[in-house]
Amino acid sequence: MSRWPVTRTALILAALGWPAIAVADALTGQTEQQAANWPAILMFAAFVLATLGITRWAARRVRSASDFYTAGGGITGFQNGLAIAGDYMSAASFLGISAQIFADGYDGLIYSTGFLVGWPILLFLLAERLRNLGRYTFADVASFRFAQTPVRLFAAFSTLAVVLFYLIAQMVGAGQLIKLLFGLPYSYAVLIVGALMTCYVLFGGMIATTWVQIIKAVMLLGCASFMAFAVLWSFGFSPEALFAKAVEIKTGLAAAGGAAPGEAAAKGLSIMGPGGFIKDPLSAISFGMALMFGTAGLPHILMRFFTVPDAKEARKSVLWATGWIGYFYILTFIIGFGAITFVASNPDYLMPDGTLKGGGNMAAIHLAAAIGGDLFLGVVSAVAFATILAVVAGLTLSGASAVSHDIYASIVKRGEANSADELRVSRMTVPVLAILAILLGIAFEKQNVAFMVSLAFALAASGNFPVLVMSLLWRGCTTRGVVVGGFAGVALALVLTILSPQRYGKPYSVIRTRHSPIARRRSFRCLAAFLAIWLVSLADGSGRAAVDRAGYPAQRVRAETGIGAAGASAH
Amino acid sequence: MEKRREGEPTETPGPQPIEADERYRRLVAGRSRFAWTLTCVMLAIYFGYILLIAFEPEMLARPLGSGVTSLGIPLGIGVILAGILLTAVYVRRANKVFDRDLDALRKDYGA
Repeated sequence: MSRWPVTRTALILAALGWPAIAVADALTGQTEQQAANWPAILMFAAFVLATLGITRWAARRVRSASDFYTAGGGITGFQNGLAIAGDYMSAASFLGISAQIFADGYDGLIYSTGFLVGWPILLFLLAERLRNLGRYTFADVASFRFAQTPVRLFAAFSTLAVVLFYLIAQMVGAGQLIKLLFGLPYSYAVLIVGALMTCYVLFGGMIATTWVQIIKAVMLLGCASFMAFAVLWSFGFSPEALFAKAVEIKTGLAAAGGAAPGEAAAKGLSIMGPGGFIKDPLSAISFGMALMFGTAGLPHILMRFFTVPDAKEARKSVLWATGWIGYFYILTFIIGFGAITFVASNPDYLMPDGTLKGGGNMAAIHLAAAIGGDLFLGVVSAVAFATILAVVAGLTLSGASAVSHDIYASIVKRGEANSADELRVSRMTVPVLAILAILLGIAFEKQNVAFMVSLAFALAASGNFPVLVMSLLWRGCTTRGVVVGGFAGVALALVLTILSPQRYGKPYSVIRTRHSPIARRRSFRCLAAFLAIWLVSLADGSGRAAVDRAGYPAQRVRAETGIGAAGASAH
Repeated sequence: MEKRREGEPTETPGPQPIEADERYRRLVAGRSRFAWTLTCVMLAIYFGYILLIAFEPEMLARPLGSGVTSLGIPLGIGVILAGILLTAVYVRRANKVFDRDLDALRKDYGA
């Protein structure tokens, strides 16, 4: 544990809901600037040129607010599935989970399963309803039968809060990663990320953002497939041979560390079974719940369901996304064990004290160098960085649409704004968000990134998710219930996260105990918002409440059938 | 009542005519039962796995044969594959059965 605090933090926080974290966390560790890595810089430059080309192509297609927010609803299920998978397969899951497996073996697989099972459930209960009811933002769905102003105000507030915290974390993460991988100074990285994401979103809207995400997903899947293939190939495609070699190396390391032979053998073999990660059933269940609630509250993920033309394509996109993500997790498992066999005992990649050069989360990066030399190392580094770019673009877009669609068009203009004005407001918001993200990214350079991400997650899971579920599935839900419960959930998440010990810990000694009560608190928080929505709605006897409840049948019919929703994408 | 958003069809609140249609009721009830069944299966598989880790970690660490590959590895990967499989089961049934019924309803009630 003490040797891998960074990884541990990364993954515990990843456990809080979302894999995009670990990048950030990778980066809370020691990140001394490395020598300039030219293959990586050239590869990355090629990626940037390609994505700017796509942005140019997309810019000619962005004519209306609908094109800007949702690519005109013209993304296919397959493309959207790749884009969702791209959002999910961040540098975090790639670097973080393979590093977790590198450190502890089997435990990494437990995270992967948790991340995956949220998707089928999202499909069974939410995906088609989201597509049938929503148009541009998840607030369209949450406010469908409620008073527009208060519910949209809540949704916009909570979206912007999630987006901002998440953006800062990604900016700081990008800065650290660039310093580490490319040998460029921190502030360059933050400026590059800020400038590129402004370009993608401002000119290319959702069309460019989606294609950047798709390209990145394909690159990441390609790299990971190649690495896993190379690892398996060197063991004659026998997983047993790979695992046996990994156990042998871990045993050797334990023996070298002074363990008695029997003890060393037990330690080596321990990577093949669950470690101390989950102990009691209560923390086990809350851990599982936390993973599932996490994803379904993130505004930039929810927005992806509006980019497809209908519920059928929404459904297909989840199938593709789940397939790619599952495949990817199986690859990371092989990559993690491959890293043990190629990297763990190779002095080229180790510091004198036996820890990995560049920090615990570099296992996959070193493995890339071990199997493909400097050129492949460059490719993998560039892909890791491209991942961050794609995620920040999506975040910025969802923040901009909260301002222009939820606040400007729906609240200020009472739903009477024309598409051109709405588009103009979105585009004005993009540079504002980018400048804010750059300034905060520089100001927060030393801040604990993992903390910022966990805060963003906590907000999404305790505000957006309960509001969405209750308004969709419960007839008795009212405007007052949603607004009070949603704000209460968000406030509770803010207060509890800020009061939590990790806020004050050193950046990478954040979580001392593995099964800290954080995961438990998190699901409790989420349940608190559900409870508040339920109680307040029950007690709500206002005239508006009667309208809200009377609106349920119409909402339900549209959610179930999509009748009336056709105009949502075809205009 | 507050104004709806631009482009929003004006739905009349209260009971919807389509709700009285037997085909609609059958579709919604059937789909909901199917979705919740799959949800329960997924949760049972996942929490079964997690509780096994909590209560019987030694069992998962036990090698399958004479080598080092443990029972936990096929089980863990099995959970991932089960998630993909259940998703595919839902999509297949929705494409074949639910969509067909829905199209008939859409024709009668105007999409």
